[in-house]
Amino acid sequence: MCAGTVEVADVEGSAKGAGGWFSVSRARAVYDHPFHAQSDEALILDFANPERGAGSRLAVELSADSARELVRIIERALEAGQAQHRG
Amino acid sequence: MAGYEGMLAETVMFDGHDGDLVSGYMARPLGAGPYPGVIVLHEIFGLVTHVKEIVRKMAAHGYAAVAPDLHHREGPGDPEDVAAVVREAGGNPDARTVGDVAGAAALLRSLPYSNGKVGIIGYCSGGRQTYLAACSLESLDAAVSCYGGRIAAGPGDLNERQPVAPIDMTAGLSCPLLGLFGAEDASPSPGQVEVIGRELERHGKSYELHTYEDAGHAFFADYRPSYRQQAAVDGWERVFGWFDKHLG
Repeated sequence: MCAGTVEVADVEGSAKGAGGWFSVSRARAVYDHPFHAQSDEALILDFANPERGAGSRLAVELSADSARELVRIIERALEAGQAQHRG
Repeated sequence: MAGYEGMLAETVMFDGHDGDLVSGYMARPLGAGPYPGVIVLHEIFGLVTHVKEIVRKMAAHGYAAVAPDLHHREGPGDPEDVAAVVREAGGNPDARTVGDVAGAAALLRSLPYSNGKVGIIGYCSGGRQTYLAACSLESLDAAVSCYGGRIAAGPGDLNERQPVAPIDMTAGLSCPLLGLFGAEDASPSPGQVEVIGRELERHGKSYELHTYEDAGHAFFADYRPSYRQQAAVDGWERVFGWFDKHLG
């Protein structure tokens, strides 16, 4: 941790990584120095399963604007999708 | 024709904090020595390729260098994945880091080709840990802290793993310290660097702090967009000048 504080949430779901699908139980978000994204800072988002070891991790590094846009489309998709599936 | 050059670079195991067996990456010139030792502390990303390149760069300049894997206990695994676990936990425990550095220093001094001197250099979180170790141990002969964030940490930055701001340990600094920073960095900011300088001055320590214009955080990291060629080239000259002066 260089500058950012990691926000953590318990989640239920699955993610697909290099080794195929795995169940995820933890989401992490921190705005800090990225490893791969071509920017000085990025929103680093992890989907992980700590019980399966450090390697059970799907990682994304997004610009701040991209991260906020992601939040917006998740909210829109949830609202529309849940309404549709409720009938 | 230039003289023969060679080095050996390999994974090593050594006794770290609490006697735990800890891994590290080491490189040394092939020769009889005597060689000074340098401990290289990695960024938050762990013992990745960039850090191993720095270790080999040290060896190419005539130092026996070792980078302890400060995330060894959270592994095994890809360094970036293990680093994510460490980030979530709130960073490395400071007491464990200091113990691992003490073990790395003992390893370097035990080598038959050691000249008995050991320096330390660290980057980003490793820059903070360099300041921490240099203020906590008496077994280091020179230190270089590169853009260590949270050396002058506020109360909100402290946690159980890192309970004391390194700047509050300045009285214990036992070796000359070189600090290299970027003027565009936010962690540490130029204001925080000034605070560090005042504290070093107040305690009468041997130090030099240098801030590069047109550079921000991680200007040595040549695999990221933060890399700044002019700052890095000048910075390396200062690093080796510092170590040559104090470890030679």
